[in-house]
Amino acid sequence: MSLENLELFEVFVRSSRGLDHKHVGSLHAEDAEHALDYARDCYTRRSEGISIWVVKSADICSSQEDDAPEFFDPSDDKPYRHATYYPLPKEVGNM
Amino acid sequence: MLDLKEKTKQYSTRLGDDSLILGHRISEWTSNGPFLEEDIALGNVALDYIGRARMFYTYAADLAGNGKTEDDLAYLRSEREFQNYLINELPRGDFAFTMVRQLFVDVFFSYYLKALTNSNDTELAAIATKSLKETRYHLRRSRDWTLRLGLGTDESKARMTKALAEIWGYVHELFEPDELELELIACGIAVDTREIKDNWFADIGAILSEADLAIPDAEWAVRGGRKGYHTEHLSMLLSVMQSVHRAHPGANW
Repeated sequence: MSLENLELFEVFVRSSRGLDHKHVGSLHAEDAEHALDYARDCYTRRSEGISIWVVKSADICSSQEDDAPEFFDPSDDKPYRHATYYPLPKEVGNM
Repeated sequence: MLDLKEKTKQYSTRLGDDSLILGHRISEWTSNGPFLEEDIALGNVALDYIGRARMFYTYAADLAGNGKTEDDLAYLRSEREFQNYLINELPRGDFAFTMVRQLFVDVFFSYYLKALTNSNDTELAAIATKSLKETRYHLRRSRDWTLRLGLGTDESKARMTKALAEIWGYVHELFEPDELELELIACGIAVDTREIKDNWFADIGAILSEADLAIPDAEWAVRGGRKGYHTEHLSMLLSVMQSVHRAHPGANW
């Protein structure tokens, strides 16, 4: 079987202590169910997880490097969006 | 007349033989798998079987109580002393052959190990409980691949059909307990595979039918594994598997 018959999937695993699924890597499989089995075999061999998500890589819409100036730079000069920007009145004490 | 301990030792040894020989056969796919993910998955299954063999052999060595270890049983016995079912020693063939064998063995073990969890021998029952979870996952895989290949392309279907025809004659001995097993069945220790037979045929029939594959109507049957009569393939497997241990006796990692 050649890889051209297979699709690429991204794998997310939640560890027993973790609250959220974390991206751990990708793999090739024929469909989602198949990908789930391989995720189990490739990414949870050492008891890393208790829950697995797989998503077709092609279904992920991601930001592009070219977009970075418009996407991320504008927030660099807006410190008032951080809570630490605001001094607390003495009366509030430790929040 | 052998006592019960000696018989249980022999029984545990042959269960170890089944797992070790099949585990070795599957391990031959390592670095030869159809693609990376399947290569790793097959390696996991091979390790499950080799781990299972270790448990059965360790228990057999404990029962023997003569200072021999699991390694003696795995690496220092000859072909005639192995009592694995013949289906486990057949060369891995192509991927379809490997998957048909896995399907047959996985369905068999899913019933066998479940029955063994009720054994009067608590050690064997404990090994079965641990192994049953692995087998359920193996069956999920082999069933899935049977459907994919049976319903896949003309090529994959033809290969599955050929593999079914080549393996079918080796399934019959699975359901024919020998004298040792009959005695242990009477003691509530061994599994009576005659009671598994109908379920096995029903499950295999259902899976193959879903995969648009037919049960072969072949009449031939090969027997002898439990007596130590093997195909010509086992001696070659053993010579490879045992070569390092025999060349460096007693070596430690």
